[in-house]
Amino acid sequence: MTRASDEMTDHSSGMSYLNSLPRRLVTTILPLLVFVFVLLFPFYWMAITAIKPNFQLTDYNNYSPLWVVQPTLDHINYLLFQTSYPSWLWNTIYISVAATFISLVTSVFAAYAIERLRFTGSRWVGLAIFLAYLVPPSILFIPLAILVFGIGIYDTKLALILIYPTFLVPFATWLLMGYFRSIPFELEECALVDGASRWQILVKVLLPLSVPGLISAGIFCFTLSWNEFIYALTFIQSSENKTVPVGVLTELVRSDVYEWGALMAGALIGSLPVVILYSFFVDYYVSSMTGAVKE
Amino acid sequence: MANAAMAEPTVRPRSFWAGIGQGRHVLGIVFMLPAAIFLLFFLTYPLGLGVWLGFTDARIGRPGIFIGLENYELLWGDSLFWLVVFNTVLYTTVASVLKFGLGLWLALLLNQSLPFKSFFRAVVLLPWVVPTVLSAIAFWWIFDSQYSIISWALIKLGLISAPINFLGDVANARASVIAANVWRGIPFVAISLLAGLQTISPSLHEAATLDGATSWQRFRFITLPLLTPIIAVVMTFSVLFTFTDFQLIYVLTRGGPLNSTHLMATLSFQRAIPGGQLGEGAAIAVAMIPFLLSAILFSYFGLQRRKWQQGGAD
Repeated sequence: MTRASDEMTDHSSGMSYLNSLPRRLVTTILPLLVFVFVLLFPFYWMAITAIKPNFQLTDYNNYSPLWVVQPTLDHINYLLFQTSYPSWLWNTIYISVAATFISLVTSVFAAYAIERLRFTGSRWVGLAIFLAYLVPPSILFIPLAILVFGIGIYDTKLALILIYPTFLVPFATWLLMGYFRSIPFELEECALVDGASRWQILVKVLLPLSVPGLISAGIFCFTLSWNEFIYALTFIQSSENKTVPVGVLTELVRSDVYEWGALMAGALIGSLPVVILYSFFVDYYVSSMTGAVKE
Repeated sequence: MANAAMAEPTVRPRSFWAGIGQGRHVLGIVFMLPAAIFLLFFLTYPLGLGVWLGFTDARIGRPGIFIGLENYELLWGDSLFWLVVFNTVLYTTVASVLKFGLGLWLALLLNQSLPFKSFFRAVVLLPWVVPTVLSAIAFWWIFDSQYSIISWALIKLGLISAPINFLGDVANARASVIAANVWRGIPFVAISLLAGLQTISPSLHEAATLDGATSWQRFRFITLPLLTPIIAVVMTFSVLFTFTDFQLIYVLTRGGPLNSTHLMATLSFQRAIPGGQLGEGAAIAVAMIPFLLSAILFSYFGLQRRKWQQGGAD
């Protein structure tokens, strides 16, 4: 399990000298550019719509829809100062950070227990954790709604902070188990011989070595909480507690007239934090995604 | 650390708590406690509660009484339910096949030596990173019945004469939601398979080329067999997420037109939350479990195969 290192190794250049340039242009570069265009176009369309004045938005005869003549900040202005958008943004940050923190702490202990302490039945617990990861929110939201209502946290941010770890903990534990496995056991044995307690081993030996794993798990948990929708939609009623995805969909979409500019601005700004986070930690993100699959 | 060790007496009396602290099994259980409490209380218990709810006539604000299989009998005779099952299977099958085909293709493209390779790899994953609901809203605008940019482009190219009614027509709506789902799913499949491709040693390809294998033969007899275990896992995840999809449909069509894009998850939500029939909604959710179990078993056997393919190493 030397994940991070061997994933980055590039074996690809081996036989590329066999392909001539024109051939590669047709078989590789062209399809790749088409893929990139299709995958990125919706973002461009989001961005261009968000800064388009309303009169250009639906007038395709006089203005090319692909470009904007007089960009405006009206939609973003409207979003930030005349709707509850800033508070949704704050809620999403608050909930995601809290849920990620809880999940990480819980998962570190669980992963250490399963992977290193190897208590009786730890193998079965490991399997159960993996199975828990496969339970989709779509079959849990109804009973969870009753549970949330029953313990009196319906329509609070606390409900989401407590519920999100149900899908974050299994994932983060599974990821950290893989990471802990890649750290040589001898290091811990040395510490044990030197008289360190299990707690000291965890805090002073294992965790400092697992920082990349913790970053991967943290970023992934944050993104998953940020993107969560069905629980937030079901458990939150009042506007001031909504998250960005729910708020944009339930409050900015009105049945009579669609304000596409404001909607796209909302979608864009709501995506930016995760995109920025992702762009700083691409490799961590990729390794956590593929790591979960490769285990 | 060295100082701390020096300061302490050489022979420490082992107190009761120190014994607990060092015992592997007890400490293991103590460390498992937070995770176990979370998962038992917010995952296992709700799962059981959901199955129980499926056997009751619970409504919002009223705890239900046990009514046996009545919910399931009701669903069995409900033509809408069967339409929704059909939609879900169609949606999952078509979307998964497309995601696999296009994802594998993209992975193979990205596995070649390219300029700006890491940039391409980073950019390709973006659709998967942003919140589904927000990208679905962008697709809603792209699929607008009057001002769709796709319609505009096709009219400009002279391929069609009137805007396409993307979400208002049965076949178009199905194709549109599948397209949006595939758009979001390709990066996950491609990047995961790329990680698998990079573990295949190029010397295998070189040896095969020397033996006169064509590029198709190399793909068919080297790449594909070595990639099978990862394909099995990736596609299981993909099928699981697609089968239980909710967000995309909820944003784009809410199940319309004529319920042609209603999936099991959206029907379950509609019956349970706005409709108030918690029992019936839970029964629909429980009806998804057999499908999910078969997907998980598929994954299990996929993982089993992996061990001998990699020479028994764990």
